[in-house]
Amino acid sequence: MDGIHDVGGMQGFGHVQPLTAAPPFAAPWEGKAFVIGALAARIAGTNLHAFRHAIERVPPREYLVGYWNRWTIGAQIMMEDSGIVTDEEVRARAARLSGRDVPEPPPPTPRKPEMPSGGAGNLRPLETPPAFAVGDRVRVADLDPTGHTKLPRYVRRRTGTVTALQPSQVFPDTAAHFAGENPQHCYTVDFDSRELWGPDAEPFRLSIDLFEPYLEPAP
Amino acid sequence: MTSAPEPLDPALRVEALASLLTERGLIDQTTVETFVKTYEHSVGPMNGAKVVAKAWTDPEYRARLLADGTAAIAELGFKGPQGEHMVVLENTPALHHVVVCTLCSCYPWPVLGLPPSWYKDPAYRSRVVREPRKVLREFGLDLDDGVEIQVHDSSSEVRYMVLPERPVGTERYSEAELADLVTRDAMVGVAQVALP
Repeated sequence: MDGIHDVGGMQGFGHVQPLTAAPPFAAPWEGKAFVIGALAARIAGTNLHAFRHAIERVPPREYLVGYWNRWTIGAQIMMEDSGIVTDEEVRARAARLSGRDVPEPPPPTPRKPEMPSGGAGNLRPLETPPAFAVGDRVRVADLDPTGHTKLPRYVRRRTGTVTALQPSQVFPDTAAHFAGENPQHCYTVDFDSRELWGPDAEPFRLSIDLFEPYLEPAP
Repeated sequence: MTSAPEPLDPALRVEALASLLTERGLIDQTTVETFVKTYEHSVGPMNGAKVVAKAWTDPEYRARLLADGTAAIAELGFKGPQGEHMVVLENTPALHHVVVCTLCSCYPWPVLGLPPSWYKDPAYRSRVVREPRKVLREFGLDLDDGVEIQVHDSSSEVRYMVLPERPVGTERYSEAELADLVTRDAMVGVAQVALP
Protein backbone atom coordinates (compact mmCIF):
# COMPACT_ATOMS: atom_id res chain seq x y z
CA MET A 1 0.00 0.00 0.00
CA ASP A 2 1.12 3.55 -0.65
CA GLY A 3 1.21 4.49 3.02
CA ILE A 4 3.09 6.89 5.25
CA HIS A 5 5.59 4.10 6.02
CA ASP A 6 7.02 4.10 2.47
CA VAL A 7 9.29 7.09 3.00
CA GLY A 8 12.24 6.27 0.70
CA GLY A 9 13.09 9.42 -1.26
CA MET A 10 10.40 11.60 0.34
CA GLN A 11 11.43 15.16 1.07
CA GLY A 12 10.64 17.52 3.91
CA PHE A 13 11.55 15.51 7.01
CA GLY A 14 14.44 17.83 7.81
CA HIS A 15 17.75 17.19 9.56
CA VAL A 16 18.66 13.67 10.68
CA GLN A 17 18.64 13.07 14.42
CA PRO A 18 22.02 13.19 16.15
CA LEU A 19 23.88 9.91 16.69
CA THR A 20 23.62 8.96 20.33
CA ALA A 21 24.56 5.90 22.34
CA ALA A 22 21.21 6.04 24.17
CA PRO A 23 19.82 2.77 25.63
CA PRO A 24 17.02 1.04 23.66
CA PHE A 25 14.21 2.29 25.90
CA ALA A 26 14.05 5.92 27.00
CA ALA A 27 11.28 5.16 29.51
CA PRO A 28 9.75 2.01 31.06
CA TRP A 29 6.62 2.26 28.86
CA GLU A 30 8.79 1.90 25.74
CA GLY A 31 10.14 -1.42 27.02
CA LYS A 32 6.61 -2.60 27.71
CA ALA A 33 5.53 -1.45 24.24
CA PHE A 34 8.39 -3.43 22.70
CA VAL A 35 7.32 -6.63 24.46
CA ILE A 36 3.63 -6.21 23.53
CA GLY A 37 4.63 -5.83 19.87
CA ALA A 38 7.14 -8.67 20.04
CA LEU A 39 4.43 -11.04 21.38
CA ALA A 40 1.50 -9.62 19.41
CA ALA A 41 1.79 -11.94 16.40
CA ARG A 42 1.81 -14.99 18.66
CA ILE A 43 -1.13 -13.66 20.70
CA ALA A 44 -3.09 -12.79 17.55
CA GLY A 45 -2.23 -16.02 15.70
CA THR A 46 -0.65 -14.05 12.85
CA ASN A 47 2.92 -13.46 11.65
CA LEU A 48 5.69 -10.87 11.29
CA HIS A 49 4.38 -9.68 7.90
CA ALA A 50 0.90 -9.06 9.28
CA PHE A 51 2.50 -7.01 12.08
CA ARG A 52 4.43 -4.89 9.57
CA HIS A 53 1.23 -4.39 7.58
CA ALA A 54 -0.65 -3.37 10.72
CA ILE A 55 2.02 -0.71 11.42
CA GLU A 56 1.58 0.49 7.83
CA ARG A 57 -2.11 1.00 8.56
CA VAL A 58 -1.48 3.25 11.56
CA PRO A 59 -3.01 6.63 10.62
CA PRO A 60 -0.27 8.99 9.36
CA ARG A 61 -0.60 11.53 12.16
CA GLU A 62 -0.19 8.72 14.72
CA TYR A 63 2.58 7.04 12.70
CA LEU A 64 4.68 10.19 12.84
CA VAL A 65 4.33 10.63 16.61
CA GLY A 66 7.16 8.16 17.12
CA TYR A 67 8.40 4.62 16.74
CA TRP A 68 7.06 2.99 19.91
CA ASN A 69 3.69 4.67 19.38
CA ARG A 70 3.27 3.25 15.88
CA TRP A 71 4.64 -0.10 17.06
CA THR A 72 2.02 -0.23 19.84
CA ILE A 73 -0.88 0.91 17.66
CA GLY A 74 0.20 -1.60 14.99
CA ALA A 75 0.13 -4.36 17.61
CA GLN A 76 -3.31 -3.18 18.70
CA ILE A 77 -4.67 -3.11 15.12
CA MET A 78 -3.42 -6.67 14.56
CA MET A 79 -5.01 -7.83 17.82
CA GLU A 80 -8.25 -6.06 16.90
CA ASP A 81 -8.27 -7.94 13.58
CA SER A 82 -7.91 -11.23 15.48
CA GLY A 83 -10.62 -10.40 18.01
CA ILE A 84 -8.25 -10.17 20.97
CA VAL A 85 -9.07 -6.57 21.98
CA THR A 86 -11.16 -3.68 20.66
CA ASP A 87 -10.24 -0.01 20.47
CA GLU A 88 -13.27 0.76 22.67
CA GLU A 89 -11.87 -1.53 25.37
CA VAL A 90 -8.43 0.05 25.19
CA ARG A 91 -9.89 3.55 25.45
CA ALA A 92 -12.16 2.58 28.33
CA ARG A 93 -9.27 0.97 30.19
CA ALA A 94 -7.10 4.02 29.56
CA ALA A 95 -9.84 6.23 30.98
CA ARG A 96 -10.15 4.05 34.08
CA LEU A 97 -6.37 4.05 34.56
CA SER A 98 -6.63 7.84 34.44
CA GLY A 99 -9.14 7.79 37.28
CA ARG A 100 -12.38 8.17 35.28
CA ASP A 101 -15.14 5.75 36.19
CA VAL A 102 -16.32 4.73 32.70
CA PRO A 103 -18.05 1.44 31.84
CA GLU A 104 -15.93 -1.19 30.08
CA PRO A 105 -17.29 -2.96 26.99
CA PRO A 106 -17.18 -6.78 26.85
CA PRO A 107 -14.18 -8.43 25.13
CA PRO A 108 -14.56 -9.49 21.48
CA THR A 109 -14.75 -13.06 20.22
CA PRO A 110 -11.34 -14.26 18.97
CA ARG A 111 -11.08 -14.96 15.24
CA LYS A 112 -7.43 -15.80 14.63
CA PRO A 113 -6.43 -16.45 11.02
CA GLU A 114 -4.09 -19.37 11.88
CA MET A 115 -2.46 -19.59 8.46
CA PRO A 116 -0.39 -22.82 8.24
CA SER A 117 3.31 -22.17 8.81
CA GLY A 118 6.07 -23.91 6.87
CA GLY A 119 8.34 -23.77 9.90
CA ALA A 120 10.33 -21.32 11.97
CA GLY A 121 11.64 -18.13 10.44
CA ASN A 122 11.08 -17.00 6.85
CA LEU A 123 13.68 -18.77 4.72
CA ARG A 124 12.15 -21.53 2.57
CA PRO A 125 13.93 -23.73 0.02
CA LEU A 126 12.42 -23.62 -3.49
CA GLU A 127 12.47 -26.37 -6.09
CA THR A 128 11.75 -24.07 -9.03
CA PRO A 129 14.82 -22.43 -10.56
CA PRO A 130 15.25 -18.66 -10.25
CA ALA A 131 14.09 -16.64 -13.26
CA PHE A 132 17.07 -14.26 -13.11
CA ALA A 133 20.83 -14.62 -12.68
CA VAL A 134 23.59 -12.34 -11.43
CA GLY A 135 24.34 -9.77 -14.13
CA ASP A 136 20.81 -9.75 -15.59
CA ARG A 137 19.27 -6.36 -16.28
CA VAL A 138 15.81 -6.20 -14.70
CA ARG A 139 13.01 -3.66 -14.62
CA VAL A 140 10.86 -3.30 -11.53
CA ALA A 141 7.26 -3.94 -12.52
CA ASP A 142 4.71 -1.13 -12.45
CA LEU A 143 2.87 -2.66 -9.50
CA ASP A 144 0.58 -0.73 -7.24
CA PRO A 145 -0.62 -3.19 -4.62
CA THR A 146 -3.25 -2.03 -2.14
CA GLY A 147 -2.11 -4.52 0.52
CA HIS A 148 1.26 -5.29 2.08
CA THR A 149 4.34 -5.24 -0.14
CA LYS A 150 8.11 -5.01 0.29
CA LEU A 151 8.37 -3.09 -2.96
CA PRO A 152 8.98 0.57 -2.16
CA ARG A 153 7.56 3.23 -4.46
CA TYR A 154 10.93 4.73 -5.29
CA VAL A 155 12.19 1.72 -7.28
CA ARG A 156 9.00 0.96 -9.20
CA ARG A 157 9.47 1.15 -12.99
CA ARG A 158 13.25 1.56 -12.59
CA THR A 159 15.89 -0.58 -14.27
CA GLY A 160 18.79 -2.16 -12.40
CA THR A 161 21.16 -5.11 -12.35
CA VAL A 162 20.91 -8.32 -10.33
CA THR A 163 24.05 -8.53 -8.16
CA ALA A 164 23.19 -11.43 -5.83
CA LEU A 165 20.67 -14.20 -5.27
CA GLN A 166 19.49 -14.19 -1.65
CA PRO A 167 17.83 -17.17 0.04
CA SER A 168 14.26 -17.81 -1.12
CA GLN A 169 11.74 -16.62 1.43
CA VAL A 170 8.13 -16.46 2.51
CA PHE A 171 6.41 -13.90 0.25
CA PRO A 172 5.35 -11.02 2.52
CA ASP A 173 2.68 -9.81 0.07
CA THR A 174 0.60 -12.98 0.58
CA ALA A 175 1.69 -14.01 4.08
CA ALA A 176 0.64 -10.65 5.56
CA HIS A 177 -2.91 -11.37 4.36
CA PHE A 178 -2.86 -15.06 5.42
CA ALA A 179 -3.06 -16.13 1.77
CA GLY A 180 -0.18 -18.59 2.14
CA GLU A 181 3.60 -18.49 2.52
CA ASN A 182 4.00 -18.71 -1.26
CA PRO A 183 7.86 -18.67 -1.09
CA GLN A 184 9.69 -16.67 -3.76
CA HIS A 185 13.20 -16.18 -5.03
CA CYS A 186 14.79 -12.98 -3.78
CA TYR A 187 17.45 -10.91 -5.53
CA THR A 188 19.70 -8.03 -4.61
CA VAL A 189 19.26 -5.49 -7.40
CA ASP A 190 21.61 -2.51 -7.80
CA PHE A 191 20.46 0.83 -9.21
CA ASP A 192 22.49 3.80 -10.30
CA SER A 193 21.33 6.84 -8.31
CA ARG A 194 20.68 8.72 -11.57
CA GLU A 195 18.22 6.03 -12.65
CA LEU A 196 16.30 6.71 -9.43
CA TRP A 197 16.64 10.47 -9.01
CA GLY A 198 17.61 11.93 -12.33
CA PRO A 199 20.80 13.24 -13.93
CA ASP A 200 21.63 15.69 -11.11
CA ALA A 201 21.51 13.05 -8.37
CA GLU A 202 24.45 12.51 -6.02
CA PRO A 203 26.49 9.65 -7.54
CA PHE A 204 26.02 6.44 -5.56
CA ARG A 205 24.77 2.88 -5.86
CA LEU A 206 21.53 1.70 -4.28
CA SER A 207 21.18 -2.00 -3.46
CA ILE A 208 17.81 -3.43 -2.52
CA ASP A 209 16.41 -6.95 -2.05
CA LEU A 210 13.43 -7.61 -4.32
CA PHE A 211 11.19 -10.66 -4.66
CA GLU A 212 10.83 -12.31 -8.07
CA PRO A 213 7.18 -11.25 -8.66
CA TYR A 214 8.33 -7.61 -8.53
CA LEU A 215 10.75 -8.04 -11.45
CA GLU A 216 10.61 -8.43 -15.20
CA PRO A 217 13.41 -8.64 -17.79
CA ALA A 218 14.64 -5.21 -18.81
CA PRO A 219 13.32 -4.31 -22.27
CA MET B 1 -9.31 2.31 14.46
CA THR B 2 -8.56 4.23 11.27
CA SER B 3 -11.10 6.91 12.23
CA ALA B 4 -9.85 7.03 15.81
CA PRO B 5 -11.37 10.09 17.44
CA GLU B 6 -8.59 11.43 19.64
CA PRO B 7 -4.98 10.29 19.85
CA LEU B 8 -4.29 8.49 23.11
CA ASP B 9 -1.17 9.31 25.05
CA PRO B 10 1.32 6.63 23.90
CA ALA B 11 2.38 5.59 27.40
CA LEU B 12 -1.24 5.41 28.54
CA ARG B 13 -2.20 3.23 25.57
CA VAL B 14 0.61 0.83 26.46
CA GLU B 15 -0.58 0.67 30.08
CA ALA B 16 -4.17 0.04 28.97
CA LEU B 17 -3.16 -2.69 26.50
CA ALA B 18 -0.80 -4.30 29.02
CA SER B 19 -3.55 -4.27 31.63
CA LEU B 20 -6.09 -5.95 29.29
CA LEU B 21 -3.59 -8.54 28.00
CA THR B 22 -2.39 -9.37 31.52
CA GLU B 23 -5.98 -9.84 32.70
CA ARG B 24 -6.51 -12.30 29.83
CA GLY B 25 -3.36 -14.25 30.68
CA LEU B 26 -1.71 -13.28 27.37
CA ILE B 27 1.32 -11.49 28.82
CA ASP B 28 2.85 -11.44 32.28
CA GLN B 29 5.24 -9.24 34.18
CA THR B 30 8.05 -11.81 34.26
CA THR B 31 8.06 -12.14 30.46
CA VAL B 32 8.07 -8.38 30.04
CA GLU B 33 11.01 -7.99 32.41
CA THR B 34 12.96 -10.83 30.76
CA PHE B 35 12.56 -9.33 27.28
CA VAL B 36 13.49 -5.83 28.41
CA LYS B 37 16.58 -7.02 30.32
CA THR B 38 17.72 -9.12 27.36
CA TYR B 39 17.68 -6.17 24.96
CA GLU B 40 19.04 -3.74 27.55
CA HIS B 41 21.98 -5.87 28.63
CA SER B 42 22.68 -8.99 26.52
CA VAL B 43 21.78 -8.24 22.91
CA GLY B 44 23.33 -5.05 21.59
CA PRO B 45 26.19 -3.53 19.60
CA MET B 46 28.77 -5.06 21.95
CA ASN B 47 28.02 -8.34 20.14
CA GLY B 48 28.70 -6.88 16.70
CA ALA B 49 31.83 -5.19 18.06
CA LYS B 50 33.23 -8.62 18.99
CA VAL B 51 32.55 -9.86 15.46
CA VAL B 52 34.35 -6.86 13.98
CA ALA B 53 37.36 -7.12 16.31
CA LYS B 54 37.75 -10.81 15.52
CA ALA B 55 37.55 -10.11 11.78
CA TRP B 56 40.26 -7.44 12.17
CA THR B 57 42.63 -9.80 13.98
CA ASP B 58 41.90 -13.17 12.34
CA PRO B 59 42.10 -13.14 8.52
CA GLU B 60 40.55 -16.60 8.23
CA TYR B 61 37.59 -15.52 10.34
CA ARG B 62 37.25 -12.38 8.23
CA ALA B 63 37.11 -14.52 5.07
CA ARG B 64 34.44 -16.77 6.61
CA LEU B 65 32.48 -13.73 7.79
CA LEU B 66 32.37 -12.16 4.35
CA ALA B 67 31.54 -15.49 2.66
CA ASP B 68 28.79 -16.60 5.09
CA GLY B 69 27.90 -13.95 7.63
CA THR B 70 25.21 -15.98 9.38
CA ALA B 71 27.51 -18.94 10.12
CA ALA B 72 30.55 -16.85 11.11
CA ILE B 73 28.46 -14.69 13.45
CA ALA B 74 26.90 -17.82 14.97
CA GLU B 75 30.45 -19.09 15.74
CA LEU B 76 30.54 -16.35 18.39
CA GLY B 77 27.12 -17.41 19.69
CA PHE B 78 25.08 -14.60 18.13
CA LYS B 79 21.84 -15.62 16.42
CA GLY B 80 18.11 -15.21 16.87
CA PRO B 81 15.22 -13.05 15.68
CA GLN B 82 16.05 -10.55 12.91
CA GLY B 83 19.31 -12.34 12.14
CA GLU B 84 18.08 -15.30 10.12
CA HIS B 85 20.34 -14.53 7.16
CA MET B 86 23.23 -12.12 7.75
CA VAL B 87 25.32 -10.45 5.07
CA VAL B 88 28.46 -8.55 6.12
CA LEU B 89 29.58 -5.61 3.96
CA GLU B 90 33.25 -4.65 4.09
CA ASN B 91 34.11 -0.96 3.99
CA THR B 92 37.38 -0.12 2.22
CA PRO B 93 39.21 3.13 1.41
CA ALA B 94 37.41 3.08 -1.98
CA LEU B 95 33.91 1.85 -1.03
CA HIS B 96 31.65 2.89 1.82
CA HIS B 97 28.52 0.86 2.69
CA VAL B 98 25.59 2.26 4.63
CA VAL B 99 22.43 0.39 5.66
CA VAL B 100 18.81 1.52 5.98
CA CYS B 101 15.28 0.11 5.98
CA THR B 102 13.02 2.58 4.18
CA LEU B 103 9.73 0.66 4.69
CA CYS B 104 10.03 -0.07 8.40
CA SER B 105 13.13 -0.26 10.59
CA CYS B 106 14.62 -3.71 9.91
CA TYR B 107 17.91 -4.10 11.73
CA PRO B 108 20.23 -7.02 12.64
CA TRP B 109 19.15 -7.56 16.25
CA PRO B 110 21.56 -10.39 17.22
CA VAL B 111 24.65 -8.27 16.48
CA LEU B 112 23.40 -4.70 17.00
CA GLY B 113 20.40 -5.02 19.34
CA LEU B 114 17.37 -2.81 18.82
CA PRO B 115 17.75 0.10 16.40
CA PRO B 116 18.56 3.58 17.73
CA SER B 117 16.13 6.47 17.40
CA TRP B 118 17.80 8.13 14.40
CA TYR B 119 17.67 4.87 12.39
CA LYS B 120 13.88 4.62 12.85
CA ASP B 121 13.25 8.27 12.13
CA PRO B 122 11.70 9.20 8.73
CA ALA B 123 14.43 11.80 8.09
CA TYR B 124 17.14 9.13 7.90
CA ARG B 125 14.97 6.56 6.12
CA SER B 126 13.75 8.99 3.46
CA ARG B 127 16.99 10.81 2.76
CA VAL B 128 19.79 8.24 2.87
CA VAL B 129 18.50 6.55 -0.32
CA ARG B 130 18.43 9.93 -2.11
CA GLU B 131 21.34 12.00 -0.80
CA PRO B 132 23.57 9.69 1.26
CA ARG B 133 26.68 11.85 1.07
CA LYS B 134 24.80 14.81 2.47
CA VAL B 135 23.23 12.68 5.21
CA LEU B 136 26.61 11.24 6.21
CA ARG B 137 28.01 14.77 6.35
CA GLU B 138 25.18 15.79 8.68
CA PHE B 139 26.15 12.89 10.94
CA GLY B 140 29.74 14.19 10.88
CA LEU B 141 31.23 11.81 8.31
CA ASP B 142 32.75 13.73 5.41
CA LEU B 143 33.88 11.19 2.81
CA ASP B 144 36.30 12.10 0.02
CA ASP B 145 34.63 12.56 -3.34
CA GLY B 146 36.59 9.57 -4.64
CA VAL B 147 34.96 7.16 -2.18
CA GLU B 148 32.08 5.27 -3.78
CA ILE B 149 28.94 5.04 -1.65
CA GLN B 150 26.70 1.97 -1.69
CA VAL B 151 23.38 2.24 0.17
CA HIS B 152 21.60 -1.00 1.18
CA ASP B 153 17.84 -0.90 1.67
CA SER B 154 16.96 -3.93 3.87
CA SER B 155 13.69 -4.87 2.19
CA SER B 156 13.67 -8.67 2.71
CA GLU B 157 14.59 -10.90 5.66
CA VAL B 158 18.29 -10.50 4.80
CA ARG B 159 19.99 -8.37 7.46
CA TYR B 160 23.11 -6.32 6.78
CA MET B 161 26.00 -5.33 9.01
CA VAL B 162 28.99 -3.21 8.00
CA LEU B 163 32.54 -4.33 8.73
CA PRO B 164 34.23 -0.95 9.23
CA GLU B 165 37.84 -0.18 8.38
CA ARG B 166 40.31 -0.83 11.18
CA PRO B 167 41.78 2.50 12.32
CA VAL B 168 45.46 3.10 11.74
CA GLY B 169 47.57 3.09 14.88
CA THR B 170 45.85 0.04 16.41
CA GLU B 171 48.45 -2.55 15.42
CA ARG B 172 49.28 -3.33 19.05
CA TYR B 173 45.68 -3.42 20.29
CA SER B 174 44.29 -6.69 21.60
CA GLU B 175 41.03 -8.06 20.22
CA ALA B 176 39.21 -6.88 23.35
CA GLU B 177 40.71 -3.39 23.09
CA LEU B 178 39.67 -3.23 19.45
CA ALA B 179 36.11 -4.31 20.30
CA ASP B 180 35.90 -1.38 22.73
CA LEU B 181 36.56 1.02 19.84
CA VAL B 182 33.80 -0.29 17.57
CA THR B 183 30.54 1.66 17.62
CA ARG B 184 27.01 0.82 16.55
CA ASP B 185 27.09 3.75 14.13
CA ALA B 186 30.16 2.35 12.35
CA MET B 187 28.45 -1.03 11.94
CA VAL B 188 25.47 0.65 10.23
CA GLY B 189 27.84 2.70 8.10
CA VAL B 190 27.10 6.24 9.29
CA ALA B 191 30.45 6.66 11.04
CA GLN B 192 33.99 5.33 10.94
CA VAL B 193 35.85 3.77 13.84
CA ALA B 194 38.21 6.28 15.41
CA LEU B 195 40.77 6.27 18.19
CA PRO B 196 39.57 7.97 21.37
